[in-house]
Amino acid sequence: MIARFGLSPFRQVLDNGVVVIVKASHATPAVTINASLQAGAVFDPSAHMGLANFVARTMDRGTNTRTADDIAMALESRGASLDVRINRHVVSVDCTCLVGDFGDMLGLVADVLMNPAFSPEQVALRRSEIVTALRQEQDDPAAMASEGLLRLLYPGHPYAKHPHGTVESVEVMPESALRAFHEARFVPGSLSLVIVGDVEPELAVALAADAFSCWKVAPLQTQQLPPVTKSVGRQRLVLPMMNKSQADIAYGFVTILRSDPAYYAYLLMNNVLGQYSMGGRLGESIRERQGMAYYAFSALDANVVRGPLVVRAGVNPSNVDRAVTSIDEELTRMAAEGPTERELSESKRYLVGAMPRTLETNAGIARFLQTAEFFELGLDHDQRLPDLVEGVTREDVYEASRASLVPSAAAVVIAGPYEDRG
Amino acid sequence: MTTGEALATTPIHEHVLDNGLKVLIKEVHTAPLASVWCWYRVGSSDEGPGTTGVSHWVEHMNFKGTINIPREQVKGIIEQHGGFWNGYTWLDQTTYVETAGRDTLDRMLFIESERMANCLYHPDDCESERTVIISELQGGENDPKQLLDEELTAVAFKAHPYRHPTIGWLDDLKTMTREDLYGHYRRFYVPNNATLVVVGDVDATTTLRTAERYFGPIPAGPTPRRTHTREPQQLGERRVTIVRDGTAAYLKLAYHAPALTDADFFPMLILDAVLTGAKGLNLWTSFRTPPPQRSSRLYKALVNRGLASSLEGSLLPTRDPFLYSLSLTAIEGVTLEALEEGALAELDVVRLGGVTAAECARARTQLRARLVFENDSVTNIGHQIGYFETVASWQVYDSLLSRIHAATDDQVLAVAARYLTADNRTVGWFEPTRVQGLAPGVVGR
Repeated sequence: MIARFGLSPFRQVLDNGVVVIVKASHATPAVTINASLQAGAVFDPSAHMGLANFVARTMDRGTNTRTADDIAMALESRGASLDVRINRHVVSVDCTCLVGDFGDMLGLVADVLMNPAFSPEQVALRRSEIVTALRQEQDDPAAMASEGLLRLLYPGHPYAKHPHGTVESVEVMPESALRAFHEARFVPGSLSLVIVGDVEPELAVALAADAFSCWKVAPLQTQQLPPVTKSVGRQRLVLPMMNKSQADIAYGFVTILRSDPAYYAYLLMNNVLGQYSMGGRLGESIRERQGMAYYAFSALDANVVRGPLVVRAGVNPSNVDRAVTSIDEELTRMAAEGPTERELSESKRYLVGAMPRTLETNAGIARFLQTAEFFELGLDHDQRLPDLVEGVTREDVYEASRASLVPSAAAVVIAGPYEDRG
Repeated sequence: MTTGEALATTPIHEHVLDNGLKVLIKEVHTAPLASVWCWYRVGSSDEGPGTTGVSHWVEHMNFKGTINIPREQVKGIIEQHGGFWNGYTWLDQTTYVETAGRDTLDRMLFIESERMANCLYHPDDCESERTVIISELQGGENDPKQLLDEELTAVAFKAHPYRHPTIGWLDDLKTMTREDLYGHYRRFYVPNNATLVVVGDVDATTTLRTAERYFGPIPAGPTPRRTHTREPQQLGERRVTIVRDGTAAYLKLAYHAPALTDADFFPMLILDAVLTGAKGLNLWTSFRTPPPQRSSRLYKALVNRGLASSLEGSLLPTRDPFLYSLSLTAIEGVTLEALEEGALAELDVVRLGGVTAAECARARTQLRARLVFENDSVTNIGHQIGYFETVASWQVYDSLLSRIHAATDDQVLAVAARYLTADNRTVGWFEPTRVQGLAPGVVGR
């Protein structure tokens, strides 16, 4: 009964610095392995945009002792899945397998992390795939709007760069850069290994220690990210994509660090504004009352960098101006009045009450524990979270709204069959 | 290690109320949660010209308040208890779900009983939702793969209503009336056309009593007739080509495929796993975990040889025969001719007996694993029980593993030979007319 008594995961740091976190859950005869390293896109050298993503896409396609086919067969003859993804800060390797295959799959994950081969053949194949994927994104208004917004919000900062690079940067990426990036960023002290499923912690840690024992300690290069400055004026970017049916709006601001004491006030502000029920106040206005959009919502990504609060909506091109005006109005109202007591109370009940669902599956628990480890929230974060949310006052959320929701300083991007009349 | 089978081993309790509502309850005590699903035997295949998309629009209208849940109380009705609610419409079914703490079970059953009998269909809400749904349609059309799927499906079927998209055709969405919507609702939303599923940390006896209290008073109605034209046998290959602005080329191949209850379905499921990796059988959740496809036939033939950047196979458990489809994205610089030639060459090898026993064994192992992975929450289990009951019977869900293992290698070879033929195939191309560079954009303040 996870949610009633707390996760209480087991955490151990191996001699070489690898952090292992284990939570036993016997609901299904399966195990989820989530390995996360600080090797995301913000660590791309300026000459090699998209390098972290290229490494992530190639690292599981052959190691010093296994070919790509060997890895595929090892996984797929057991029905296991392996998925490597990056975001701006981390690369994560997710493996889900049946419990009987856990030891073998953990060994395979370790091999992929420690010994990728980056063979010329695999690099060439992945290069073509990444270029094709980047071309596809150029035809996707939602992706174009979201990336365009980050370019406006983070000038001169790694957040402004596309995490997958550009067609041009990927086409000339040298194999040597992949190896150098792996050598610099893939070190034991950077690895957080979360294991959740039908396995006892002592055994999981012993198997992890065995799998990673040969990984030599190496220093992790620190990287100082440039400071983020908030824009004081309104910015607007229109990306005409006249072959499309619908326009996507991305509208946002730079907000706070995840470690900011005001984080939970921002979390609740975001929930009231653009999450609760079907998109909070924004969904109520733009979708429910005005019938303009199938989706309208906001998302908060406070991080180790002052992250963005992004409002998104997909609307008919004839409704773009009205939708942007509606977003302005809802944000202005929230900044002027804050949430109502009832809204705040309902959002608190939602965020606290959703915990059992969040922590029902192995994958959900693994995500939660990995996030807690990354932001140093503590092993008991699941038990403290209700009090952290409950402790937020209406005044706290009002203050967060006043400080962050300033339409005259918003960045607005419109991508789709729309052209500025001005 | 221990063997965790807690989610899988409890029985399903079946009870039919006097008004014909079938109630299926499964106790799962791994988390303090309950999931309620209410299923209706109505989907886009029950629609005709002029009202395509009506089932999906009705689904949207059934979140707009009822006689006993005023419109202003809808927002947050489940969320304030930490839960979520949602719904979806598809070819054969419409369904609604709530999952929340077990103490919310009474409220969830109340909401579903109200949805079955007392939705309002206020004219203003109907109009407001018209534009929301058109926005949903247009958002989908932004994706060239979805455009291609829509065109190809309409070409592959010439008689069966599976040919039109679940969201409907734009012109029908513009012209349908409130009376069309309400009439459809009243015709299909009767207890004798529905299945209520409850899974979670509940007591089966108490849950049945609560369900009887809320749903028992709803009168039965005439059981809606579902008469579908049988799709005539396809007599030759069909093709459709979309030429539009775009940045990538897409190929889609579709073959008429067996329905869930056809003896060929499970051999075909194994064949799909051999060709593209096992996806499992849960429409609600399977897509969240990528299929194990790198050792599959088509991945090796097309992705490993630099012809395609991605590959997806799809065999869906449907009431009537639907399509087995293969969706491919061409690597930049590879023509659709070359990609199609490569795909058809490999499919011909398979069709002519090229599937090995080892491949079939691997496919069965993958499918077994997917059954475990896709049943990891009360929400997912509730979906599966209701889905299979609505399309066939819940006993199919309970016997999926044995059906997969009962399908022999010879049967897999036989379905490859029977279904992967040129005469049974529809080929779709999305050919981009130009490759756009990054739009420079217009910046202002």
